[in-house]
Amino acid sequence: NRFQLEMQTVTLIPGDGIGPEISSAVMKIFETAKAPIRWEERNVTAIKGPGGRWMIPPDAKESMDKSKIGLKGPLKTPIAAGHPSMNLLLRKTFDLYANVRPCISIEGYKTPYTDVNLVTIRENTEGEYSGIEHVIVDGVVQSIKLITEDASRRIAEYAFEYARNNQRNSVTAVHKANIMRMSDGLFLRKCREVAENYKDIKFTEMYLDTVCLNMVQDPTQFDVLVMPNLYGDILSDLCAGLIGGLGVTPSGNIGANGVAIFESVHGTAPDIAGLDLANPTALLLSAVMMLRHMGLHDYGNKIQTACFDTIRDKKVLTKDLGGNSKCSEFTADICRRIQDLD
Amino acid sequence: NSLLLITYKMPLLQPPPAKYGGRHTVTLIPGDGIGPELLNHVREVFRFSCVPVDFEVVHVNSAVETEDDINNAITAIRRNGVALKGNIETKHTMAPSVKSRNNLLRTSLDLYANVMHCQSLPGVQTRHKNIDIMIIRENTEGEYSSLEHESVSGVVESLKIITRNNSLRIADYAFKLAREKGRRRVTAVHKANIMKLGDGLFLQCCREVASGYPDITFDSMIVDNTTMQLVSKPQQFDVMVMPNLYGNVVSNVCAGLVGGPGLVPGANYGHVYAVFETATRNTGKSIANRNIANPTAMLLASCMMLDHLKLYDHASSIRNAILNTMNETRLHTADIGGQGTTSEVVQTIMRFIQSKGQLTSEY
Repeated sequence: NRFQLEMQTVTLIPGDGIGPEISSAVMKIFETAKAPIRWEERNVTAIKGPGGRWMIPPDAKESMDKSKIGLKGPLKTPIAAGHPSMNLLLRKTFDLYANVRPCISIEGYKTPYTDVNLVTIRENTEGEYSGIEHVIVDGVVQSIKLITEDASRRIAEYAFEYARNNQRNSVTAVHKANIMRMSDGLFLRKCREVAENYKDIKFTEMYLDTVCLNMVQDPTQFDVLVMPNLYGDILSDLCAGLIGGLGVTPSGNIGANGVAIFESVHGTAPDIAGLDLANPTALLLSAVMMLRHMGLHDYGNKIQTACFDTIRDKKVLTKDLGGNSKCSEFTADICRRIQDLD
Repeated sequence: NSLLLITYKMPLLQPPPAKYGGRHTVTLIPGDGIGPELLNHVREVFRFSCVPVDFEVVHVNSAVETEDDINNAITAIRRNGVALKGNIETKHTMAPSVKSRNNLLRTSLDLYANVMHCQSLPGVQTRHKNIDIMIIRENTEGEYSSLEHESVSGVVESLKIITRNNSLRIADYAFKLAREKGRRRVTAVHKANIMKLGDGLFLQCCREVASGYPDITFDSMIVDNTTMQLVSKPQQFDVMVMPNLYGNVVSNVCAGLVGGPGLVPGANYGHVYAVFETATRNTGKSIANRNIANPTAMLLASCMMLDHLKLYDHASSIRNAILNTMNETRLHTADIGGQGTTSEVVQTIMRFIQSKGQLTSEY
């Protein structure tokens, strides 16, 4: 008899715009693959709590606290809604301190760069995004970048653990300690300290500008990159650009207390929402990342192989990938391949 | 070929008058790593081409904590008005109070505009073609303000300063340059969605200046999207203006796109002084003294300097020789995929200069 894996619950946040349809695509593919996942759908649109503070709905928080694992589609950016960015709220609620983006070239989706295989790990709670700004005098603004020992150590530890758990060979700390001597200097020192406990992983340091310079000439020289918030924001998007953009890039956010939320990082694409034209690849690859995080590597590999095979075959591609098939057709092709793989 | 006749006149600056019978004196700071050898090659080429420039060499020792050396260099530049420099290493084994010498130089001399012209070179193989981007980067404030303190143990604050004056100043420089060079679009790069006050101020200043140049299109782009666009479709960019750190990122990305740090020259302009160097300011310690560094970027920087001194003929002659040499693939240095040596490249450049019938000295 087949060993029956216990069903694990995942909180699913479909999101806005194309969110619901790409979430359905992912659920369908998971069902075909017989992945032992039970989806619990929740909405995270902010509500005003008792103290007048904005918060995510209590049933969403409860679900996440119990399941610990979330999969999230794109969320609308509120312009005049009065409440802060939902992504920011989620980050603060679950202390999502590490943003992880594996960037792997997709065979069949050609970009000027081939053989990209790296991971960016970005500190996601402090740094340049502290939100602390002051007008000193009229015409002079000061923005504060905050680097702390604790956050730097935490992200460095995550990076080395990730490298070890995912069979990666090296971790590179990205910094500008020549200019920001104290802040990036502190970050670098913590990375060096943590590296001492991971002698099996090679540790290097590189200036942000040198990384940018080398990345666009030869991305194959990079493996795992760890860095503070702003550099991470820029580099993770740069690397996404190398492999084809946000429509095909997976992303995961690791929080304290074992919480992890995986998400697609593209927009809600309101112009094609509901028209069965969306590309579910980014969300699907994020879901694959999630399966690997949960230790369900076989399911993850199977689904990823099917997805890459469909793209490589070029017969059923969505418009953004260069074809003119529907989202449902693309999804069906992946499902078919999964069944064939079984 | 318009590529060969580029001049870099800056109408905003008056170069110092030639002294002592038509010869200029320029401060030369060798720096560390590959700086000294590359600048020796510049002197070699200048001597060979009878360029009327004398170099006043000022050494800056990066291993000492005192600021005497860098202050001497700054004084020399104030005296001569123009400098050519290699990068001075910042040893971060030293205390954080020992600031970057390069940064001290830029801020003391108020070299507020860092200008980099990134162009695809015909002889160089790259993934992207037809790139022609001018990057104007604010060079004195922003994240490079060197204002840091440890407020409580284990918590460091680093201040990024954006001022209206400097933002207006750099935006004005960008638009003036765009108009002078006949460029059609200026894009401001920022992160004002997160740094609402700081980058918000920068963006607002750019908009204000833009309104005075209705002939030039102005738009803006968030920095992370910018890097993504640069690696997929760099041809969409024309002139870009941005604060200091984003300038660091964008200029390195662009240099990488057109072939690497060995190819692109850079210039730092203030109202009074001008300092020329390689665009990406690399020390290149690992390739120093091995005769493998690419002399192109530093030689092109020296041509920018000659244009600044109004020695246009010399600038064109050397520049044309460099571009002709670039077409000889077998001479390419390792950074652009070849096996040529630095001296082979320099000898060939000098041969091209001589063959054009210019007055040269023996070599």
